[in-house]
Amino acid sequence: MPIIIDQKAILRQDRWTLLREASGPEVLQAAPGRNFIAPLDFYLQYRSLLDEYPGGKGVWLDSNETPEAIASDLESLAIIALNFPVFRDGRPFSNARELREHYRYGGEIRAIGDVLRDQLFYMARCGFDSFALRHDQNPEDCLAAFRDFSTGYQASIDEPMPLFRRRHDQRQA
Amino acid sequence: MYRYDQYDHTMLAERVAQFRDQTRRYLDGKLSEAEFLPLRLQNGLYVQRLAPMLRVAVPYGLLSSAQLRKLAHIARHYDKGYGHLTTRQNIQFNWPELVDAPDILAELAEAEMHAIQTSGNCIRNVTTDHFAGAAADEIEDARPWCEIIRQWSSFHPEFAYLPRKFKIAVCGTPADQAATQVHDIGVYLVRGDDGETRFRILAGGGLGRTPVIGQMIFEQVEKPHLLSALEAIMRVYNREGRRDNKYKARIKILVRETGADQFREKVHREWGRIRDSAMMLTKAEIRRCQSFFSGPDHVQRLNGSDALEDPLRKDAEFALWHRRNVRAHKQPGYAIVTVSLKQTGVAPGDISDRQMDFLADLAERYSFGEARISHKQNIILADVEQRRLHALWRELAAESLATPALGLLTDIICCPGGDFCALANAKSIPLAEEIQRNFRDSAKLEEIGDLSLNISGCMNACGHHHVGNIGILGVDKKGEEFYQVSLGGSSARQASLGKILGPAFAREEVPGVLHILVNVYKAERDPGEAFLDTYRRIGHEPFKQAVYADHH
Repeated sequence: MPIIIDQKAILRQDRWTLLREASGPEVLQAAPGRNFIAPLDFYLQYRSLLDEYPGGKGVWLDSNETPEAIASDLESLAIIALNFPVFRDGRPFSNARELREHYRYGGEIRAIGDVLRDQLFYMARCGFDSFALRHDQNPEDCLAAFRDFSTGYQASIDEPMPLFRRRHDQRQA
Repeated sequence: MYRYDQYDHTMLAERVAQFRDQTRRYLDGKLSEAEFLPLRLQNGLYVQRLAPMLRVAVPYGLLSSAQLRKLAHIARHYDKGYGHLTTRQNIQFNWPELVDAPDILAELAEAEMHAIQTSGNCIRNVTTDHFAGAAADEIEDARPWCEIIRQWSSFHPEFAYLPRKFKIAVCGTPADQAATQVHDIGVYLVRGDDGETRFRILAGGGLGRTPVIGQMIFEQVEKPHLLSALEAIMRVYNREGRRDNKYKARIKILVRETGADQFREKVHREWGRIRDSAMMLTKAEIRRCQSFFSGPDHVQRLNGSDALEDPLRKDAEFALWHRRNVRAHKQPGYAIVTVSLKQTGVAPGDISDRQMDFLADLAERYSFGEARISHKQNIILADVEQRRLHALWRELAAESLATPALGLLTDIICCPGGDFCALANAKSIPLAEEIQRNFRDSAKLEEIGDLSLNISGCMNACGHHHVGNIGILGVDKKGEEFYQVSLGGSSARQASLGKILGPAFAREEVPGVLHILVNVYKAERDPGEAFLDTYRRIGHEPFKQAVYADHH
């Protein structure tokens, strides 16, 4: 099981099981009592089965998939995981921002796949709030990543006002 | 120029600390080569043929005297005593050690400088016309807009892992010396019917393997919406740009494969979603950024081009330099001076630590403590009093920095080429030097007149050969260096891409070919007609026939 950082702390117990691949619904029987993050195709086909889980349901999008595909379901999704097939694939950054800013998605957005220490800070700024670290990452090091910068120029999910507006407010005060 | 406040300083210091830690982890073996690669690139570090190369950002080419002195210090202490001005208004050092890089970056930070995003698949240093704020005919000073874009693009969390590198140029002058149309995004300041300045935004231009002129994406964006318009283009590109093939990953390929109309539609749809968000620029912010670039207080210092007339009459060398290297300033009594770094025997754009110190001094004494780097690899002193031009010229001439070559055939744009670059197919610097030796006579050069000659050592086109009136591209033929010549390129407002003349030449043949091209032009030109205009009027054939008839 990967180590999960959630809300900038190491998560002790993760209720989610990530289904990397899933062809048919029998896969759900294999881990009773768990909650699932399903691949998009599976999710679109079997989402009614997932509705029966008391802990909620989740879906994961690969970097070539977009939130539009699940736009009408967002309120019922407790978690959306965004996959980095390789750490330098920048598409999930845009997906996370779109989920937060355009769709106003308020649930958990988790980074999965090639999730490394040196990309965590920007991920957090784009709206990710949990991170399934690649197996070789040092979790303590990764926690430090969220302190790489104390501020940024742009508006972001964790700081909705761009710096130029904050600067101005400060001068007015 | 823009001055850092505590926010800028804090972020830069944090970036230096971050990269120090990353370098340490890499050297300790905790970070793999592949994982370190984009981190070091986004901090300006390339691995070159002989040593790492550090590319330092010079935002829109503008430098203070203190910054020039800091660069001289870096050249002296961490390099072999010189730096190289790039075609994107930056400066690069060819000989630093990787272990020294964090210290160099810390030293740069002391002078409000850095190497952030000068490389890698991110938004690079924004560039502009090197006469911005001084040109007599500009619509509006582009530099405050460049600074606004610099801040928005620095550490942008969403766009640090784009499909490929991304270059933005902003231009407020009719002449356009920023090569705006061959950038991933080109922003023109234009005057609307109501007299307000707006932005005309192109996307999908570029050089490299597939040279393309940008397509118009926004006709007239109002000032407050500049950043959302840029962000909309970036988001569509980040999402849809190709990631399967490095050679097809630039935005120009996406625009072409999507079709300009459909690409524009996608961008405008995205723009509609984010246009009225918090990134809408406020009047206060625009005013704040403009306040850093108010021109020098010219009015009281006026009094006279009289002092200029006498030396112009009496000193022919000064007069020649004045004709070539001095341009009109928007403020009467002032002039824009270009210091040519194209003296024969020195690689185009190379500048020594002594020259940097010297020019820092001159900038302080003659041009309000500021200098600029042009994409043509020269240094500009943009605000010089006309009555002091002669004195300035004498000081420059004493240091061999008064080559009167601006805009002439020997004002060559040239990449580092096979002497330094691991990508190059052929050397470019020795060829530039041979050409300069072949066209030594400054009277004859002036008689040929305006003619841009650009040399790239490979198809990545760092020397902008596609947009030279004459372009030269180094190619490899079975292990031997050859040079392909093209004609008719231009990066100005009326931009055009050069057309290949024919089979490539051996290096020693190139100067002879240039003589033939120049002779055809001189025989065919109308009075006062520049090379490019003659070429556009008479076409490719006369040049081609003359060259290959004589040759084969």
